[in-house]
Amino acid sequence: MAEVTLIKNAAEQQLAAEWAAAKVRLPGAAPLREAAFERFAKAGLPNRRVEEWKYTDLRALMRDAKPLVARPGAEVFAKLKDAGAGLGDLDARRIVIADGYLAPGWSDQDAHDPGVTVTELFAWLSEQNLYRLGDLPEAARNDIAVSLNTAFMTGGVVIHVAKDACIERPIHLAHVFSGKPAAAAYPRSLIIMEPGARLMLIESFEGPDGVDYQVNTALQIFAGEGAHADHIKVTREGDKALHISSLLADVGAHARFNTFLFTTGGAVTRNQLFLRFGGEETIASIRGATLLRGKQHADTTMVVDHAAVGCQSREVFKSVLDQQSRGIFQGKIIVQPGAQKTDAKMGSHALMLSEDAEADNKPELEIYADDVQCGHGATAGDLDEDLLFYLRARGIPRAEAEALLIQAFVGEAIEGIEHAGLREALMEAVDAWLKARG
Amino acid sequence: MPLLEIKNLHVEIDGKKILNGLDLTVKAGEVHAIMGPNGSGKSTLAYVLAGKADYEVTGGEVLFNGENVLEMDPDERAAKGVFLAFQYPIEIPGVATMTFLRTALNAQRKHRGEAELNTPEFMKRVREAAGKLSINQDMLRRAVNVGFSGGEKKRNEILQMALLEPRLAVLDETDSGLDIDALKIVADGVNRLRSPERSSIVITHYQRLLNYIVPDIVHVLSKGRIVKTGGKELALELEKSGYAQFQEAPVAAE
Repeated sequence: MAEVTLIKNAAEQQLAAEWAAAKVRLPGAAPLREAAFERFAKAGLPNRRVEEWKYTDLRALMRDAKPLVARPGAEVFAKLKDAGAGLGDLDARRIVIADGYLAPGWSDQDAHDPGVTVTELFAWLSEQNLYRLGDLPEAARNDIAVSLNTAFMTGGVVIHVAKDACIERPIHLAHVFSGKPAAAAYPRSLIIMEPGARLMLIESFEGPDGVDYQVNTALQIFAGEGAHADHIKVTREGDKALHISSLLADVGAHARFNTFLFTTGGAVTRNQLFLRFGGEETIASIRGATLLRGKQHADTTMVVDHAAVGCQSREVFKSVLDQQSRGIFQGKIIVQPGAQKTDAKMGSHALMLSEDAEADNKPELEIYADDVQCGHGATAGDLDEDLLFYLRARGIPRAEAEALLIQAFVGEAIEGIEHAGLREALMEAVDAWLKARG
Repeated sequence: MPLLEIKNLHVEIDGKKILNGLDLTVKAGEVHAIMGPNGSGKSTLAYVLAGKADYEVTGGEVLFNGENVLEMDPDERAAKGVFLAFQYPIEIPGVATMTFLRTALNAQRKHRGEAELNTPEFMKRVREAAGKLSINQDMLRRAVNVGFSGGEKKRNEILQMALLEPRLAVLDETDSGLDIDALKIVADGVNRLRSPERSSIVITHYQRLLNYIVPDIVHVLSKGRIVKTGGKELALELEKSGYAQFQEAPVAAE
């Protein structure tokens, strides 16, 4: 078959030009960056012909690729006081990542929590641990968004939790895009949890409205045997932002792994999860809630790879879609040969508040073992008129009755979060979203 | 002025005529019973009074305190004092019973220009009302009607009624599915609300409930209109003779 040369669109040409200009000054991991960029150069931006990206055609959605963000100066770092605020009283250790770079002035980097160390990505990186950056779940290795993050990664942190250390205070990675002009940030962080370690990590993403900045972030989690990882990601980017996020997790035996994705902001959001359960008897809860309005587009695409015996995973994703918004869920569960006694249940539910909203649901099960329990359920529908009538017959006006039912719908996903403060903060965020609905 | 005045009401659902010129006048303080065979339009009347959307009113009027309620949204009717105890109360997963009660009560108070109840006062009222209806704390902690037995759901309807203190309570076959103890509890709840200002319409298929909620006036509904009106003794009469006398001879199959 003849080689087909892709005609590059504007964004692809800009990315190539950025690469040519930036590669000499990008810190560290040069061979890894080079190889990752080559993958992009060959494949181009993900588009609708790539099955995993069929509902989020980046080639069409990205009119242009923004220039690589500059390292923020003192004037940016001076304005980060409220980074990641509005998530309730978390009592978390806050680490601020501004424009993809660790912001030392606002980071609780040197706080003394025994058992955990927080190091800037490139300060941590050495020839001995470089392999970690390339150690990705199989399904992520050829993903072009992940490749672009690797090629351009600007900075981030590496959080290391010692064996059997139980870290009481959650760590909050507060990502902020600082403002004009529009640019592209590529934060990359790693969480390395030794066997028996326990950590709760909150990631938040925010930025100004009216600026079409781009964020392509990646987080690698290595959870050792018997580790307990809680991860919560709150995405509330500015209304013109493009946000692509990849969660890359490798979870060991007898571990607990909980993740929750809460999305309200951004013009286009793509949340990718590549999770590999490589050891036996792991229990995982993978959940999310997305609330969209206007022309917002949010895509949650997940590959859960059950590669060992007796793991249990529960996936519940809820989306509330108002006006002309579009919510996408693609969930794939793979049960590898020999991963007997796998117990995986996936549910994806969309509540459509408008005739013009769109929900796309694509559950997939790939099962290569014969003694497993796997199931999926997907629903999309509008608010139940009988329920609304019951509430209204008690004197509750329509808007309030709708709000109660929407809270109940989303709450079913949120109530699984163990951290009470965060659970309340997210319910408050739902309330705020509902109030803005009017 | 009567509290409720229904004049020549015609109602259809999906093009099918259900109410055919129904007239009914309820004065303040009165308890009316509406009895009738299945399919006579009893539940339709209840739903139309509460404002359910699926029913099309093709003629007539309904005045509540002199105001045309047919033009009001269901929540506005409720705030003005119309309450429907549902025949089949529905489950609302994820909405806590206490949140629901509080939202309803405060929405009605707000509509009437009254201040919202503070938490201690609200809790006190709920506990009092719940206690009288043998509704325990565990039920109040659950989502609305979720996991409730049929009898518990009916008691929960009466709890809502007790808290909301409506001017007009419409009880749609509240007795169905209740054993005798639950029936007494429910009837006591309704009787506690009896006052010179408040009225009730008790819709039932059977006379049994009327032993406990003694009506002032009994109506027989058939084919979408009131065909007979009498005192409480009419209910006993119906119990003996059945509804056959009020139904036309069966129409031969087409």
